[in-house]
Amino acid sequence: MIVDAVAAILLAGVTLYAVLGGADFGGGLWDLLAGGDRRGQAARQLIDDTITPVWEANHVWLIFVLVIFWTAFPPAFAAVMTAAALPLWLAAFGIVLRGAGFAFRKEVETLHWQRLSGAVFAFSSLITPFFMGTVIGAIASRRVPANPAHTDLTVWTGPTSLLIGALFVAVCAYLAAVFLTQQARQRNDDRLSRAFARRAMAAAVISGALSLATLLELRHSNPALYHGLTTRALPLVIVAGGCGLAVLTLLATGRSDGLRALSALGVTAVVWGWGVAQYPVLLPGTDLTLTTASAPHSVLVTIVVVFISAALLVGPSFLLLFSLHGRQLLESGEHTGHGD
Amino acid sequence: MHAMQVLAATAGGTGALGGQVVPARAQMAATLGFHIILACFGIAFPTIVLVTEFRGLSRSDDAAMLLARRWSQVMGVLVAVGAVTGTVLSFEMGLLWPGLMRTYGAVLGVPFGFEGIFFFLEAIFTGIYLYGWQRLPGWAHFYTGIPIALTGLGGAIAVMAANSWMNQPGGFTLSHGKVVAVNPWQVFFNRASLYETPHMILAAYMVVGFMVASVYAAGMLQGRRDRYHRLGFGMPFTIAAILTPIQIFVGDTAARAIASQQPVKFAAIEYVTRTGRGVPEYLGGFYVNGHVYFGLPIPDADSLLVGFSPRTRVTGLDSVAPADRPPALTLIHLSFDAMVGLAFLLLLAGLWALLMWRRRRGLPSQSWFWWLAVLCGPAALVAMECGWIVTEVGRQPWVVYQLMTTSQAATTNGGVIDSLTAVIVLYAVLGVATVIILRMLARRWRRGEQAGQEAAVPYGPPVDRPAPTGREQA
Repeated sequence: MIVDAVAAILLAGVTLYAVLGGADFGGGLWDLLAGGDRRGQAARQLIDDTITPVWEANHVWLIFVLVIFWTAFPPAFAAVMTAAALPLWLAAFGIVLRGAGFAFRKEVETLHWQRLSGAVFAFSSLITPFFMGTVIGAIASRRVPANPAHTDLTVWTGPTSLLIGALFVAVCAYLAAVFLTQQARQRNDDRLSRAFARRAMAAAVISGALSLATLLELRHSNPALYHGLTTRALPLVIVAGGCGLAVLTLLATGRSDGLRALSALGVTAVVWGWGVAQYPVLLPGTDLTLTTASAPHSVLVTIVVVFISAALLVGPSFLLLFSLHGRQLLESGEHTGHGD
Repeated sequence: MHAMQVLAATAGGTGALGGQVVPARAQMAATLGFHIILACFGIAFPTIVLVTEFRGLSRSDDAAMLLARRWSQVMGVLVAVGAVTGTVLSFEMGLLWPGLMRTYGAVLGVPFGFEGIFFFLEAIFTGIYLYGWQRLPGWAHFYTGIPIALTGLGGAIAVMAANSWMNQPGGFTLSHGKVVAVNPWQVFFNRASLYETPHMILAAYMVVGFMVASVYAAGMLQGRRDRYHRLGFGMPFTIAAILTPIQIFVGDTAARAIASQQPVKFAAIEYVTRTGRGVPEYLGGFYVNGHVYFGLPIPDADSLLVGFSPRTRVTGLDSVAPADRPPALTLIHLSFDAMVGLAFLLLLAGLWALLMWRRRRGLPSQSWFWWLAVLCGPAALVAMECGWIVTEVGRQPWVVYQLMTTSQAATTNGGVIDSLTAVIVLYAVLGVATVIILRMLARRWRRGEQAGQEAAVPYGPPVDRPAPTGREQA
């Protein structure tokens, strides 16, 4: 059915945002934890080079997800936006601060202002994924009603929400550390690649532990979802766990073939595991399913058309961007030469 | 908090002080009014930069090349700020107007879906263009900019389709308050999009052209009259000045279309209290309880404007119940007058420059012209903001014209005053920081400072960097 195709498109958008946007947020986290000016210099340079040309494009996935969500499933969108208003506001403000801080710190002149805008960038990289995670947690733990009149702290501060919020932060850190390890290895920078490999392993262990804790918590907060995850979606859960272990092994042995792909695949398996386990329910705990909450047929067709055109146009463009970036033809930092 | 509430209410409220609709409208107005400036730069700046780069490449013009490079650095800052303020707007669609999205999300999603594609391509090629200056060869670099200019236009068309749909909703079937069928073509190409879209795209080019020209006009007044400054003024000013008469024509057409499609909005714009013939047009004036104070009436002018005859019947505010009339009529009318007045000021500046060019093959020498040219940027910006006030406040009390009121659309959540306060503080800081950073860039360029003396790493210690090679010598 076409509504399933649209749901898959929405989930694909969430996946791409989780992997690409997540790695971006994680870059900010490691920037925050890189240490003082001198000690963190090399790490910050690597993070900056890696993020700069791609961060805007990576974050368009969020707008893509929001638009597809409200277009395809308007009542569910309105319900989430009302019930979880506060964390969504905080995430939106976090996005403003993060983008502005990142763009500004390249342009300001004095160390003092660079530090300030860099700190804003790094700190908002921490809070934004956390609040987004609490919203997903609110949905997963059946706390978003179908027709909410007001937001409520209890909607998004339950144990599942807090766990998923923390999980989002850990996964961002994990993805970024893996990507940065690979980047450092490509540059033959042993010291940095070992440092980021250590951080990636720590983040992987924490992400794994938080995932398991979330799974156990779901037994109480949403037994149906737990049941789905342990039956229908079990293969995906196993893939996610397997990818995590494989990445840990690769990191420990210093090999980098498939490192990035495996970490991305692991996150993808988690996102799709959630989707498969919950299918066809849209907002758990309500009667809103993919069918009852969906937009008219012609709108769903339009979404599929938009998605196919996007795949045909945006896909090759993204490949061009990433390949130019990979061949280091896109210079970050002093990109337009101040001195000329 | 109380002061903010009063402020929000006087900024165009319906008096529903307890409800969330007034602060929600104030917040939407603040964030949209801020973002639209950056959107203008997203739509029009790439074209202006590309035209300049084209000149630099094709004529080996070093000054043009240098301008294009520096402008694209400015573009990098503005695109980043615009990307995040645009993201806030897509959150606000749901956070402030869940009632609108619940009913019409599926319809509004059609143009926004297409906008998504354009925005994607724009972000991707912006990444390539901005960071490809050093390593991509000349013309290859130029061509990576073409998609940015095209997708900027595409994105503007899509977003304006959504806004004009709210003015002239169509292309869907309602049943029991639910949208049951949608015709995407009729949504996208609704009746109002035909004039709203070109009006906004032209406005974007005028705002950016006159704003950039303003900066170099200020430099001229300070005695920097080298070729770099003449070109920096001349290229954007020419583009904007050529578009000004076209814009006045499009705006005039739009006003006539609004008189027939949204007669109450037109009545609010022109202070038409009662439906009738031989309606005068007021210049300026305040509207209080059905009376116009201090306005200068031009007899029959309104009828002439609408139907080219003093006998033309013009629909007045009395055609609908008081509850269905827009609030803050004085704000709407004065905004409209300001927009039109400023457009003619811009036209005058362009005409004078044209006259001087024909006489002397050069830029005007009168210092009053340069003062006027400095004012042209802010004037275009204010005119554009006034136009948005007219179309948005003039549509009230409707969010979707004659189908859904703004109060029905607004969130039922409390605390909009708090998010409004947060937004005002955040955007004030953001706006000030953006201006400071652009001024810092300009100062740095003027000093001709070497890149190597700056910190290469974000908030790292300054280091010695080898002088960049290759195309660095612009």
